[in-house]
Amino acid sequence: MSAYEISLLSVIGLNVILAVSLNMISGFCGQISLGHGAFYGTGAYAAALTMIATRNFPLSLVCATTVGALAGIVVGFASLRVRSDFLAVTTIGVNFLFTGFVRKQGWLGGEMGISGIPASGLGGNGNMVMILLFAVATIALSLYINRSWMGFAFRAVSEDENAAATLGINAGAYKLAAFGIGTALAGLAGGLYAFFTQFITVDTFDFIFSVLLMAMVVIGGIGSTFGVVVAAIALTLLPEAIRVVNDYRLLVFGGLLVLVIRLAPGGLAGLARRLTVRAAKP
Amino acid sequence: MYYIDLAVTGLSFGCMYAMMAVGLTLVYGLLRILHVAHAAVFALGAYLTVIVANATGSIGLGFLVAIAVTPLFGMAIYRLLYEPLLGYRPDVPMIASVGLLVLMQDAFRIAFGEQGVTFKNNIYAFRIYDVAGIRVNAVQVAIVICAIVVFVGLHLFTTRTRIGIAWRATVSRPKIAASFGVDAIKVRYLNFAIGSALAALAGGLVGLLNNLVDPVIGYVVSYKALAIIVLGGLGSVRGTLIASLVLGMVEAYGTIFIGSWLNRDGIAFLALIALLMIRPQGFTGARAA
Repeated sequence: MSAYEISLLSVIGLNVILAVSLNMISGFCGQISLGHGAFYGTGAYAAALTMIATRNFPLSLVCATTVGALAGIVVGFASLRVRSDFLAVTTIGVNFLFTGFVRKQGWLGGEMGISGIPASGLGGNGNMVMILLFAVATIALSLYINRSWMGFAFRAVSEDENAAATLGINAGAYKLAAFGIGTALAGLAGGLYAFFTQFITVDTFDFIFSVLLMAMVVIGGIGSTFGVVVAAIALTLLPEAIRVVNDYRLLVFGGLLVLVIRLAPGGLAGLARRLTVRAAKP
Repeated sequence: MYYIDLAVTGLSFGCMYAMMAVGLTLVYGLLRILHVAHAAVFALGAYLTVIVANATGSIGLGFLVAIAVTPLFGMAIYRLLYEPLLGYRPDVPMIASVGLLVLMQDAFRIAFGEQGVTFKNNIYAFRIYDVAGIRVNAVQVAIVICAIVVFVGLHLFTTRTRIGIAWRATVSRPKIAASFGVDAIKVRYLNFAIGSALAALAGGLVGLLNNLVDPVIGYVVSYKALAIIVLGGLGSVRGTLIASLVLGMVEAYGTIFIGSWLNRDGIAFLALIALLMIRPQGFTGARAA
């Protein structure tokens, strides 16, 4: 495989992890987060600093995941205070707070970012395989959660918190769990990213990136794991396949986001479901 | 004198935020939608101002065109995007609105370039008045005067005219207003028209102040405006005005006290998050226009 293909597959794997984990928070549990990029960034910085300090690769990934989860649980407490669109605004704020904070911190490299992160020792191919394995594991976890009691509780909280409470579901605990799991995976993706590029700057984790992740989730069909995976792969490949799209990425993604919400709120998954239902009827 | 200079900066930014945010708070009051794409209207106003001003040589004409065209755009957003989404959860139209903002900002970048557009003949941005040792920029004065005129005008409009009273009635009690024969749809269009015109005016003035209109002009204002309308008690014009001035001041002074570890936007968002956590309903909690 060429270096280009390796890096493309790695990016696809990272985006799948991020989109599927965002789908757990926003799709399964209904807590709209427009700040997923901040947790991705938190993980990347945690991994970079740990690796530089200890030179221990597995420890760095564990650290990235843990820090991502902790940050997510802290932000998850916001979901106990504010709901729906105001939670979305709060998470936007978290993303701006993250980038605004990191830009001013010398020990985080400020505007320049952190360069020269020690290699994972796996090589480009090894990194790619690891990222793809984690992506598959994330998809499996997402499918498992969706079928478990936890998935049921997430859906109940998403549909109607008060009704869920009457069933004895502790809505707050499940919201925190959704944030914790989703952002742990985002942190892990950040750690993987840090080793994939060995150079991180804060611009990678800005609010626009969070919007792109939300576009993947919405276009794939909010709540559908497979739909989100397909959308994440398609939206990553689209700018590569069609060069023109690369220059107008935000235009295309923003436009798709608006069109899908306006014309097909179920996303790709909703369209597929409608087609199969139609095909099943004689 | 340094601190007084900062107060002048804070006041003029506060007035700009107020003109920008009043449309947003009224949209929220009417439709319960966080109209993030209002920032795209703001940017459109700024671009129209600078382009017409450069083409015709008259900055005044630029403002006129911007104020005349953006209401149509605002009404189109309502008709084509929000109206079909009114039945969904409030975060659905909000995400659509964010998508529209991203799309519009990129469209501006493609159409007018990464570097933005500068005024060819902007005599106001560099005209400095010295009042008792306080340095005041001509555009800052214009922003404050515009804001005063706008808010006095808005007050007269909503208290003295039939349509203005109908507007206020619809914002505070839509069903009762409708039973008195107020056409709610017409009020919504009016709301988007006036809000967009004010955003365009604010956008043009910011462009004039910086002598630059670039593709990111709308981004940060948009989220700050959200902070303002929450602080002001959603749907309240008076609250929005006060909150805008407070945020302008907090930013102006905040940047010198905590600017070393957080940038300007970070400060605004820190204030917003703290506020949402302490008082999710905003400070005044008023729902009257």
